[in-house]
Amino acid sequence: MRIDHWIYTIPLRLSSLFHRSRLDAELDEELRDHIDTQIADNIARGMAADQARLATLRAFGNPVVLREQTRDTWSWSGMELLLNDVRLSARTLLRTPDFAWIAILVIALGVGANVALFAIVRSVLLNPLPYADSGHLVRLYENISVGGLNAPYGASAGGMYTEWKEHNRTLADMAIAGSTDYNLSSAGELPEVVHAGNFSWNMLSLLGVRPSLGRGFTADDDKPSSDPTVLLSWGLWKRRFGGDRAIVNKTILLDAVPHTVIGVMPASFFFLGASNVQLWTPIYQAKRPALMKMLDEHEFRAIGRLKPGATEAQVVADLTLITRRIHAQHLDLPFTAFAANSRPLLDSIVGRMKAPLYALLAATGCVLLIACLNVANLLVARSAARRKEQAIRAALGGSKLRLLRQHMMESLLICVAGGAVGFFLAVSVLRWFVAVRQDVPRADSIAVDGVVAAFTLGLVTLCAAFAGAISSLSMRGDQALQALRESSRGQSAGVARTRLRSVLLSLEVGLTVVLLVGAGLLLKSYAQLRSTDLGCLTDNVLKIDLSLPSASYREPALISSFFSSFLGRVRTVPGIQEAGMIYPAVPGDDRGSDDNFVIIEHPPLPPGESNVANNRWCDTGYFATLGIPFLQGRNFSSNQRPGHSTEIIISESFAHQFFPGGDPIGKHMTTFNQTGSEIVGIVGDTRTEPGEPVRPMMYFPILAGSDFVTSASLVIRSRRDVTQFAMPVQRLLAGMDRNLAVSDVLTMDQILGRNTLEASFDATLLLVFAGLSLLLAAVGLFGVLSYIVAQRTTEIGIRIALGARPAQILWLTLVDGLRPALFGLLLGLAASAGSVKLIESMLFGTRPFDPIVFTVVSATLLGVAGLACAFPAWRASRLDPMQALRTE
Amino acid sequence: MSKPSDLVQGTLDLLVLKILALEPLHGWALSQRLKQISGEVLQVSDGSLYPALHKLEQQGWIQAEWKLTENNRRAKFYSLTRLGRRQLEREAANWERVSAAISGVMRLTEV
Repeated sequence: MRIDHWIYTIPLRLSSLFHRSRLDAELDEELRDHIDTQIADNIARGMAADQARLATLRAFGNPVVLREQTRDTWSWSGMELLLNDVRLSARTLLRTPDFAWIAILVIALGVGANVALFAIVRSVLLNPLPYADSGHLVRLYENISVGGLNAPYGASAGGMYTEWKEHNRTLADMAIAGSTDYNLSSAGELPEVVHAGNFSWNMLSLLGVRPSLGRGFTADDDKPSSDPTVLLSWGLWKRRFGGDRAIVNKTILLDAVPHTVIGVMPASFFFLGASNVQLWTPIYQAKRPALMKMLDEHEFRAIGRLKPGATEAQVVADLTLITRRIHAQHLDLPFTAFAANSRPLLDSIVGRMKAPLYALLAATGCVLLIACLNVANLLVARSAARRKEQAIRAALGGSKLRLLRQHMMESLLICVAGGAVGFFLAVSVLRWFVAVRQDVPRADSIAVDGVVAAFTLGLVTLCAAFAGAISSLSMRGDQALQALRESSRGQSAGVARTRLRSVLLSLEVGLTVVLLVGAGLLLKSYAQLRSTDLGCLTDNVLKIDLSLPSASYREPALISSFFSSFLGRVRTVPGIQEAGMIYPAVPGDDRGSDDNFVIIEHPPLPPGESNVANNRWCDTGYFATLGIPFLQGRNFSSNQRPGHSTEIIISESFAHQFFPGGDPIGKHMTTFNQTGSEIVGIVGDTRTEPGEPVRPMMYFPILAGSDFVTSASLVIRSRRDVTQFAMPVQRLLAGMDRNLAVSDVLTMDQILGRNTLEASFDATLLLVFAGLSLLLAAVGLFGVLSYIVAQRTTEIGIRIALGARPAQILWLTLVDGLRPALFGLLLGLAASAGSVKLIESMLFGTRPFDPIVFTVVSATLLGVAGLACAFPAWRASRLDPMQALRTE
Repeated sequence: MSKPSDLVQGTLDLLVLKILALEPLHGWALSQRLKQISGEVLQVSDGSLYPALHKLEQQGWIQAEWKLTENNRRAKFYSLTRLGRRQLEREAANWERVSAAISGVMRLTEV
């Protein structure tokens, strides 16, 4: 067709779209005009009036059919037919609003959960990191093995990083990052503790990121002798400095040291998954030079970019070679790594989220499948009820395709409406998720975009096709005559249809069982996690972090006297029962650090072997505050002062492991910071993290000082609500030094909650999904059995009339209803055997084939199924035979 | 049913275009003219003219206009458009070719 053809016909087609009713009227007038003219003409030729009319109509043909044929030639008539179907389906749906609402709600829940999970998985796991060519970035690890402690993916030490950087041949560039907390203060404003990152000057160019204001660090900024510089985060710049562009080249006080602001990072800057980082300083300027040279202080993250053509395996081999050489040269340092490891950078940041997120995605997939099966089931039930209508339509010449199309249209309408509701549901679910799960890396980047919208559309189409297709299976081979005959006689008809519904139900029950088993395992695992005994009191204990800036608190004596006078003041606050100090972490919060030691009274260990234990620094009040019992010996004596550090307290498992059968009290140990200290006491074990096994622990006197314990956690216990003491303590601290601020004020319960948040989140969510599925399955069972009973009313009536007892009828019907539930249960248990593998890594203290969980799930399911079937079965057994036979 | 077969339908289109090329007509007048010209050969009902007319209109080959007839009735008059004229030429040429070919074949078989 040529252009001028289009130019001419497009307005014509549009007008035939928008002036439908006028066109209709004109067509009617045109046809009538023709007939009238012909009649007049016939009369003029001498026919009688009625004869003229008859002759005209005979010659003209059926006006109704002709009008339809003419309308068919208009454009858009196909669409009009479709709209008709939509209108008809909508009207049919609205006639049974309960059905429509239930179906839409079910689909909305299924679609909503899936869309939300999809958006999360995409943003967190799948999207590439916001760095240039991020596929070639790797996180490099040290493989450490010492005294039975294995860390194949251990953090990097500054000294090893330097060796790697100098001698590797497979990496285009390497950078190192660490973290620090600073007391940020400026004139006239309250000091605050800010989380900060440190990185080597080449980090930003390695990642391919630029500051949005000012410049990044240069090699000259990143030396111990450089003037201190700082890069601000977008959030801190806006919040604390009002987004003032003149901030560049001004100085701010970090730990009372002036730092020159050289730039502001963009709001979108993603710092290797660390959350809440407010500013960055160059690592070699900020960290002690000695620390950056150490081979056995593993506190940094090394990032590398693969050389073109190099593989990760080559990098690992390359770095392992270097590491092995260093290891051999430093056998006196047991914490030196013996090999290297690597992971893609993305994996290193979000890898731990993979199992839980994919497990949840699988669960939502099950929910959606159940929702579809449920809607299909409802549709089958409807088409059964409308069999007579359909048969009549078929008999009157309604084409099979048209009937099928209308059937699919209903499914499509339900799914589209459900999808729309589900989409908005997903949006609010995502908002909630981002608020609740700040611990998930990249949670901030979760967004609903075009891809998510397209995913929703695809899902809706799939659901509609699935539900429609399954339910139209029941329309197959319907013989109009038979349908009419069956529906007019009350026979036990529709066996095939009932079978289809039973199969659907079995599948539904099976999926429900899979979800229930998963939820049960996670729930039990969470309960185990929460009930693990930390070895200390958790009620009414508050932890408050404080950190002394090394610039003004350089001397151990100064730190020690500050801590002890601070503790003295805290203990005078009325209401505070006990107070103590601990470094680096309270039980259940963090693993902290490990160190090797030598027991002087024991024979020397073979070369290359060492004893390793967790280390903690605390004061005499710590054990009483947390209720950690003394099993043997005594507390630190009050003479443990800087320069005079001679005592060590060990934990129960320490005593068991290193003094089996012997008495540790009075023995002497040498560690890296104390030589020949005496073991004076044994205390009960505490757990470093809720899900971790107990490890041997040694306590050093914090008031004896150490050149790196400049921060600590104050723990206080009270009989009353302990959180009310946070403000008084903060005031006490500010009263001693107005540049100091407290941070991370948390009760022990909050710490536990934070560290078991993920387990509780996964378990709760899966439980909700499983509960939902159970409800859907129960509704399905109830519906199908009610239908069967309604179908068999006559038969049951006859049975009763012939003398069947109610109990027999009850049993007969119950078995009918419970059969699909039983099949489903078996199916689900078999499927669970495979699916539990998916969540195996998420379990704590629970075996994947936990017999209790499997038993409880089976019992719950059968119980609910029994309840769902009981009512229809009971009704069947109470049928009045006369009534039943009369209903025909 | 009164729906003409495909062959006749195609021919009907051509005839309608040809007749309208001579002068604009309304539906009834067109049907009268059709009968006059083709006699009883075209076995189509009067009404089947209308689907054909509307199809041609949708194609843009003819256009309709409401006007008064000679005896003062309002009627829809159809006339050929520029596109329709071109189409008629094409169809007519086509027809010539096909009918020539067919009659050629017919003569062959008669011998």
